[in-house]
Amino acid sequence: MRSSLYILLKSPKFMIGVCLLFVFFAFIVIYPMINTNDPLEMVNMRFQPPSSKNILGTDGFGRDVLLEMAHGTRTSLTVGVISGLIATTVGLIIGIFSGYRGGIVDEILSSLTNVFIVIPSFIILILVSVSIQAKSVFIIAIIIGLTSWPWTARAVRAQTVSLRNRDHVNLARISGFNTVKIIVFEILPYIMSYVVMAFIIQLASGILSEASVSMLGLGPSNTISLGIMLNWALLQEAPLFNAWWTLIPPALTVALITFSFYLINLGMDEIFNPKIRS
Amino acid sequence: MNNYRKYFLKKGIWYILTLVIALSLNFYLPRMIKGNPVDSILSKYKSVGNTDTRKKLYETFTKEFGLDKPLPMQFLIYLKNLTKGDLGTSIMMYPKKVNAVLASALPWTVGLQLPAILCGWLLGNVLGAFAAYKRGVYDKIIFPISLFVTSFPFFIFSIILLYVLGIHFELFPIGGGYDYNLIPALNFEFFKSVIRYHTFPFLSIAIVMIGGQGIGMREMALYELNSDYVKYSKFLGIREWKIIQYVFKNAMLPQITGLGLSLGTMVSGALITELVFNYPGVGTTMFAAIRNLDYPLISGCTLIITLAVLLSNFIIEILYGIIDPRIKSAQLEDS
Repeated sequence: MRSSLYILLKSPKFMIGVCLLFVFFAFIVIYPMINTNDPLEMVNMRFQPPSSKNILGTDGFGRDVLLEMAHGTRTSLTVGVISGLIATTVGLIIGIFSGYRGGIVDEILSSLTNVFIVIPSFIILILVSVSIQAKSVFIIAIIIGLTSWPWTARAVRAQTVSLRNRDHVNLARISGFNTVKIIVFEILPYIMSYVVMAFIIQLASGILSEASVSMLGLGPSNTISLGIMLNWALLQEAPLFNAWWTLIPPALTVALITFSFYLINLGMDEIFNPKIRS
Repeated sequence: MNNYRKYFLKKGIWYILTLVIALSLNFYLPRMIKGNPVDSILSKYKSVGNTDTRKKLYETFTKEFGLDKPLPMQFLIYLKNLTKGDLGTSIMMYPKKVNAVLASALPWTVGLQLPAILCGWLLGNVLGAFAAYKRGVYDKIIFPISLFVTSFPFFIFSIILLYVLGIHFELFPIGGGYDYNLIPALNFEFFKSVIRYHTFPFLSIAIVMIGGQGIGMREMALYELNSDYVKYSKFLGIREWKIIQYVFKNAMLPQITGLGLSLGTMVSGALITELVFNYPGVGTTMFAAIRNLDYPLISGCTLIITLAVLLSNFIIEILYGIIDPRIKSAQLEDS
């Protein structure tokens, strides 16, 4: 374990990803401490270009874009972490249960998984978001998490099936271990690296989903997220005002955060998946 | 032949089940909302002060939207209307039918997404296979760029294109589907305008697709290139071009299923792209419907998207069954 951590620290992809993320973390922690104003407060005229007073200019409400970015990135990351945790947990439980039990349980759970892989999760996300009117950040995160588990479930199931009849698992079974113990001690350790990577991907796609629903105007209410900033910018026709500072910074932030998570995932993949290790 | 039929039949039943679940989600989820769509139409008729007239209006609308019956009954009526192709009445554009609204939006979306996804998929696969085969410099350039591009969601890429090429360099128009001075007609001028407005949304979808598919293909091709049959063929002295053909074919198959399974994500991403460019397709229609709480129209949009994704998945799976004998036999052994 220590040696793989060491290789990980030497992987350029992993380190670039971690450093990029660290920059964003530092920004969302430190900047609100320096500028303690309310991000929703109007500080200037609308669509003011970047200046010494407002480093990234102001949006269509006359709010400070940089301060909004700090709070918005925090919201987006929160949504990503919570939805990623939920999606991974649900996927893991369904996948392991269906793969380890087999038989009719497996049939039912796999069918369910396949059905929800084919029906676009974004559509379900829209339908649910439409039907709930006042949404907190947590509710959005929970909805995203509950609509994006099928991929994880499918992969975990496949891996569990291949592990189920390995000798060490059979041995544990003969020794009279109960199912929970077998799953926790004989199966989980083998798929843990995969689960961690799946979590990272789920986190990144959670951030994207939040940005997408928020852009449609279905995002959390009374708060700022990167998607909500984009939604406002489009609604207020920022392109007509040539106000690139209201669109490009949040858009790039979403892209860079997902990029760094993908890099971290790729770096880990190279360590845990010897086939592609160069 | 019998085996093929069994495979198709199994897939068919499977998709019908998925369709039923999708339809019920589409029907029940928006109806979980508190409040009544009729109230939101009536709020437009504020001038009608007379309580009696108001009540009458309320009853008429309730009847028109079928809200006076219990939910399961409404679902059956909804299904019955669907078979007739009737998706209900739009609230936002009352009394326009949802069908009519969608019929004018759908060609734009299909015309945008189908070519973009196919182009991106094909080019991405060729580039990915090329990078995997050549390795070296090509791989060092193509791979990181693809990775960077593909971690951009479609709509983010659109926003950046919009600014850099659209507003700054004014290369192509940045909003709408065609020139507003023109009336849609089948003439050359209109067609030219459509193509010009098509460029940005098309590029932003296709480029992101190329990146994603390229990475997938590269990984598959690398895996195949390291496999025993390739080494063995090399020892046998089979011509290199022949080996590449084998590798490409084998690496291609998972990419076809990959296309089917990720289609839902792609279509959803591309819908948001429409929003950025104010393209007159289903995505922009849905955006307007959401802002106006037009539930029949929202569920019409989600329904049409789900149907399209299901149908293309079904077609891909059927094609896959024909192309790849392994899958077919595996499916049959299962049952």
